[in-house]
Amino acid sequence: MADFKADPKAPRLTLTRAVRWDTVVGALLVVLLLMSFSFVDGFGNALNLSFLIGNTLPIALIALPMTLLVVSGEIDLSVASTAGLSGAVMGALWNAGMAIETIIPLVLLLGVLCGLVNGLLVTRLGLPSLAVTIGTMAAYRGIAQIVLGSDAVTDFPSQYLDFAAGRIGDTFLPYAFLPFLALLAIAVLVLHATPFGRSLFAIGANEEAARFAGVRVKRHKLWLFVATGLMAALTGIFWALHYASARYDNATGLELSVVAAVLLGGIDFDGGKGTLGGAIAGVFLLGALQNAMSLLNVSAQSQIVVTGVLLVVSVLGPRVARQIAVARAGRRAAAPAR
Amino acid sequence: MREPPVLAVQGLSKSFGAVRALHDVSLELYAGEAHALAGENGAGKSTLIKTLAGVHRPDAGELTLDGSPVVFHGPGDARDAGVAVIYQEPTLFPDLSVAENIFMGRQPRRSLGRVDHKAVHAAADALFKRLAVDLDPEQPARGLSIADQQIVEIAKALSFDARVLIMDEPTAALTGSEVARLFGVVRTLREQGAAVLFISHRLEEIFELCQRVTTLRDGGLIASEPLEGLTEDDLVRRMVGRDLDELYPKQDTEVGEVALSVRRLTREGVFTDVSFDVRRGEIVGLAGLVGAGRSEVARAVFGVDRWDAGTVEVQGKALLNGAPSTAMAAGLALVPEDRRAQGLVMDMSIERNIGLTGLRTTVRAGLMDRGAERSRSLDWAVRLQVKYARIADAVGTLSGGNQQKVVLAKWLATKPQVLIVDEPTRGIDVGTKAEVHRLLSELAAEGVAVLMISSDLPEILGMADRVLVMHEGRLTAEIPRARATEESVMAAATGRTA
Repeated sequence: MADFKADPKAPRLTLTRAVRWDTVVGALLVVLLLMSFSFVDGFGNALNLSFLIGNTLPIALIALPMTLLVVSGEIDLSVASTAGLSGAVMGALWNAGMAIETIIPLVLLLGVLCGLVNGLLVTRLGLPSLAVTIGTMAAYRGIAQIVLGSDAVTDFPSQYLDFAAGRIGDTFLPYAFLPFLALLAIAVLVLHATPFGRSLFAIGANEEAARFAGVRVKRHKLWLFVATGLMAALTGIFWALHYASARYDNATGLELSVVAAVLLGGIDFDGGKGTLGGAIAGVFLLGALQNAMSLLNVSAQSQIVVTGVLLVVSVLGPRVARQIAVARAGRRAAAPAR
Repeated sequence: MREPPVLAVQGLSKSFGAVRALHDVSLELYAGEAHALAGENGAGKSTLIKTLAGVHRPDAGELTLDGSPVVFHGPGDARDAGVAVIYQEPTLFPDLSVAENIFMGRQPRRSLGRVDHKAVHAAADALFKRLAVDLDPEQPARGLSIADQQIVEIAKALSFDARVLIMDEPTAALTGSEVARLFGVVRTLREQGAAVLFISHRLEEIFELCQRVTTLRDGGLIASEPLEGLTEDDLVRRMVGRDLDELYPKQDTEVGEVALSVRRLTREGVFTDVSFDVRRGEIVGLAGLVGAGRSEVARAVFGVDRWDAGTVEVQGKALLNGAPSTAMAAGLALVPEDRRAQGLVMDMSIERNIGLTGLRTTVRAGLMDRGAERSRSLDWAVRLQVKYARIADAVGTLSGGNQQKVVLAKWLATKPQVLIVDEPTRGIDVGTKAEVHRLLSELAAEGVAVLMISSDLPEILGMADRVLVMHEGRLTAEIPRARATEESVMAAATGRTA
């Protein structure tokens, strides 16, 4: 086997390996939750927690496919507009008298279509996804306004509104959290346990080498954009029902929260690195922080500053963590063997 | 008594994590002497160079400059002390002129901070005169041959008053006449009293240029001696630690039916009307100058690029245009020429790099079967004798020769019926090279059809049953083994009628 020259006294690097950014974010989330439970009045009661989770769910839902996209080296900034468009179309069709059971599949199909447009522009024409989705971000939002104008549709069937806004008994768990957990499980499996997910890491780290290994790079990316569109539409439906309001400007700016949370969770913007666990920890870290700050009467402006600082830290953090790991490994190796 | 060495190291040791890269190595570089550094990939040559150049700090050992101890805290310190490194691939700014490249960041100034172009030009001219080369300082770096780019790098080093010139495989990408040009410059420098440390895998170059040689093996010093009286075999024995099996051990094999059939393949502006067959048990060499379109044909056959006209059949099955996954399914494998850009994902582990070609097979119920993936990767890494610390280590931590073995492992693991290898031994040491040759020969003996693209003529002549030659995008000759000579192949490759 490998007859490398190992110094038997050299320490193994298991500890340095364990210090990964997604672990750090998970730990930060736990610390934040513990501190908020202890020191923030009203944080720990079930109703507040259910609000926290419910308000964070739209970000979490879109973060699932967004994580996969960023791992593969792409991004989709049109997700919030797709969500807004979905809500608007849902409202317009409801106003036109269509049954909600028909509307929801149609709107999901619309999301697939939005994603397909992004995906085809990126994979067939070879355009950078950042540029394409900034364009469709504006286009989809514009269409939403054309479809619904400045109306707000609020009179959706009450059992749907209750499902989207309600919680299970007196617990802190919103109903909608359960389907989210199922989707999360699927996304984790896809990214971390399937050949498809494995290919995404290869594409993100070295697209050329992935192509030479027979990975269908374009097809993989197209699927990701379609899945992202679908999840954005689902989020748009949830948003309209959760807040009982379908408007063209629903979910405005949500794409930045999603990208911020995903980056905070240690997904490398250059692609090829990260875990879904980290991304979801990032989502709930931001959500919990905002909730706690609101309870502490921190002004909205200050909250934005804190979020911005966190984002910069999130881009810096993994790099610093890596450098510390390297430096530590170097120092250990340099330490004289006894 | 001789002058003290310009630069010397004593008892140098350096480890990275658990891997000991250098152990108790000493080396002395004298003025006016060209000193070769020999060793297989992973023997510690790069680490030694980087230590001399101030990139690495040694764990133990001492550097002396003109006989007095010195510590380099970074590459800047080494440069100021007169130590310059010329790498295999020069890093010039393509759109700046040769003179601007040499004086980048420290151009002579006129009033108001304007660059004094005349002075820059004159200074560059003076450097070229000293090197006895004819280069136009105003020419943009883009379009220079790699040899000329390296000469510009040498001029740059001289402008820093370099007295020690370290050349890390400068000839790997050069043609014969370019090598001669570069060596002329190095000799001139040496006669002017510079100390040269020269690294090359081509032994004949070492004998041609150098007076002394230091051989490393597995991070340890084997010998430091005058080259006079040594033979290439002696040197190989010191590098490998045993007598090397004959290079190019292609046995005669039973040639079977056609496994790869390419007909009238054309990609506009790249190659035209290329037709050939490769049979089971056969190694077919594909020779030609760089840029003749050899790699491009391989890419199109495998499906990474699309073709405009023609057909490709593997074992009687027509391949789709531009679909590597169907080519793989048909039993075709391509070991690409550029292992960093095309062959490997550097940040990924050895295990997962090899696993990348098995994503369709190491699967259970739609999910990755990690056990199967690991045993498949381990199996092939061991079979090809890849030297690594742990299979989960990033492949980028391996030496060049071992990276090449991982690329081979990655493709052999698909159990191909037709194997295309593009420059399979470029930049790897003699020991690994012999292993790769033996491996290709064994594969042919097992009935695999092998198409080998190589710019290394002895390799083509030694290994191939037949030699195909390309010139400017067309297949110009097919030469059977018995009639293949350097002359006949080069004649076809340069477009002269053989």
